[in-house]
Amino acid sequence: MKRVYTHGNEAIAEGALTAGLRFYAGYPITPTSDIMEYLARKLPEHGGVLMQFEDELASINAAIGASWAGAKSMTATSGPGFSLMVEGLGLGIITETPVVIAYVMRAGPSTGVPTKATQADIMQARFGSHGDYIIPVYAPSSVQEAYDLTIKAFNTAEMLRTPVILLSDATIAHLWESAVFREPGEVEIIERKKPKVPPEEYWPYKPDEDDGVPPMAVFGEGYHVIVESLTHDERGYYIQDTMVQRRMVERIVNKILKNIDKIFEYDTYYLDDARYVFISFGSSARSTLAVVRDLRNEGIKAGMIKLKTIWPLKDDLIRKLCSNADKVFVVENNMGKLVWDIQRIVRDREVIPVSIIDLDLPSPKEIRSVVDKWL
Amino acid sequence: MAVITSEKIRPGEAYPLDKYLRLPRIPTLWCAGCGLGVMLQTLLRAIDRRIKEGVLHRDKIAFVTGIGCTARTTFYVEFDGAHTLHGRAIAFATGVKLANPEIEVIVLGGDGDIAGIGGNHLIHAARRNMDLLVIMNTNFIYAMTGGQVAPTTPPGLYTTTTPYGNLEKPMNVIRLLSAFDVNYVARGSTVYPQILEQYFYKALGMKGFRFIEVVSTCPEVFGRHIGLRDPVELYNELKKRVKYKPRPSIEESELDWNKGIVLGEYIINNYPGYIEYIRERGGRK
Repeated sequence: MKRVYTHGNEAIAEGALTAGLRFYAGYPITPTSDIMEYLARKLPEHGGVLMQFEDELASINAAIGASWAGAKSMTATSGPGFSLMVEGLGLGIITETPVVIAYVMRAGPSTGVPTKATQADIMQARFGSHGDYIIPVYAPSSVQEAYDLTIKAFNTAEMLRTPVILLSDATIAHLWESAVFREPGEVEIIERKKPKVPPEEYWPYKPDEDDGVPPMAVFGEGYHVIVESLTHDERGYYIQDTMVQRRMVERIVNKILKNIDKIFEYDTYYLDDARYVFISFGSSARSTLAVVRDLRNEGIKAGMIKLKTIWPLKDDLIRKLCSNADKVFVVENNMGKLVWDIQRIVRDREVIPVSIIDLDLPSPKEIRSVVDKWL
Repeated sequence: MAVITSEKIRPGEAYPLDKYLRLPRIPTLWCAGCGLGVMLQTLLRAIDRRIKEGVLHRDKIAFVTGIGCTARTTFYVEFDGAHTLHGRAIAFATGVKLANPEIEVIVLGGDGDIAGIGGNHLIHAARRNMDLLVIMNTNFIYAMTGGQVAPTTPPGLYTTTTPYGNLEKPMNVIRLLSAFDVNYVARGSTVYPQILEQYFYKALGMKGFRFIEVVSTCPEVFGRHIGLRDPVELYNELKKRVKYKPRPSIEESELDWNKGIVLGEYIINNYPGYIEYIRERGGRK
């Protein structure tokens, strides 16, 4: 354990090393590149390999390939790069491949403002690829959380055999603050399940009953696995059949939902007697917490839920946490996206969007200018 | 694959190469007269020889393919394999090789898969002299999607997306790869299986980036477009148009259906592969 003073991107890189990263594939992009630059120096010292690829299409596919050769692997990018990666993301999903994508949001659409943040991409992070699926998305709001949630992202990816998105933003990426980094022995590190049966009995997509996750044999172990991008049955055989399609999609979706208690992370502040509940995530949660504290100082009963997992959401829990509120405010740095979820989940009271597009981050003053008229 | 008619012959023993086939997946979806069967057989023979020599290990071979008729090979063979995305096989394969250099990674694809949508990955794997064997099946057409123009389609030809004739010149991938310091570039054809097998065999004993173009027959789609739907007729026509030379020059590599296509070993080098560079220059500790 050591106390460090560093920035969010380096915390992601360090978190990945703590989690056991062995392969990194990436392509330079602002504001993410320093993750790759840092790992280019550090990863070889940990016995791993890093390659800068020709584009993001190659990066995500190489990361998936490396995972099937047994390495904990990741890539990192920003919006324009992730737009290219969604093709490969779908491959990771249908082949149930553990892989982590660190996605550091900047302003868009298109090239937008490379150096500055918004939180406009939460829908792309959740739903970017075609087809039916659910993948976990974590969103850090501090350097410490960038480190902790990166480890969490690797653990989730390995535990559930799934791609996982770590959704940071340009503000967190270059925010400097102190944090505690740990050694592998000081924090739980989860490894993927290996098959317990011999090769002739092994089916690469047959889940265990308890957690719904298939054990994963990798290349070179004599299992002759098939990594299949077509719809496949439990053996990995392509079959054009409604029942096989349903079974496969249900497996991919249910293994996430079944384990949502292990995925879903959040913090609450001053919630016990709060009449006004603020919900936020990522960099916006920092300003939101400042607003909540200011309101408390003014004698107004405000409280806050900070979501660290922004997909999938634990609907019943959020509903319960908002059950004593008069009003719910959803603060985010975009045109209003998380608020759609909260309006869907909390239907019996007012849910007010506090959607503020700000290239730095919504200031407490900007948030108050929207909120005050509702108090 | 032999038809098993006697109970005395157990599955997997009917034919010497059956042990490398994923028998429940056979028969293949390949059309009658398709060159891919010849390509697969020659490749498996070459692999078999290398395994018997102890150069390759049965459990340390991975087939990585994209999408297309050729790409289906992965799930017909009993090796580790990945049937991935259109164009991305080389990228996936690079990840496999870097994460476990003990595995011999074989990429197969059609010319659309490897040189069309996957062209950029091909270029950069060649630039790195990445330790991969890339096999490109050139059949002059997009076959699985039903007969659209391909990077290798001869000029002027009718395809379903060039109804007034193809306006583009075919891509000479061999000349493209000659821009890089790769270790092996050869062009074989399914009409000369023994030569093709020798190329596969040779490449499987080498390091670095190795590329073999397989000029093949697609009677069902390409043949139909040029009026040679009959597999034997197309096979004989291709045999007339290809010419074998042991060591042709790059200038002779033009993929010209009308003037003739030269087969042979175009590039043979012995540069260190990327994996060797990693090991020497501090990639892995």
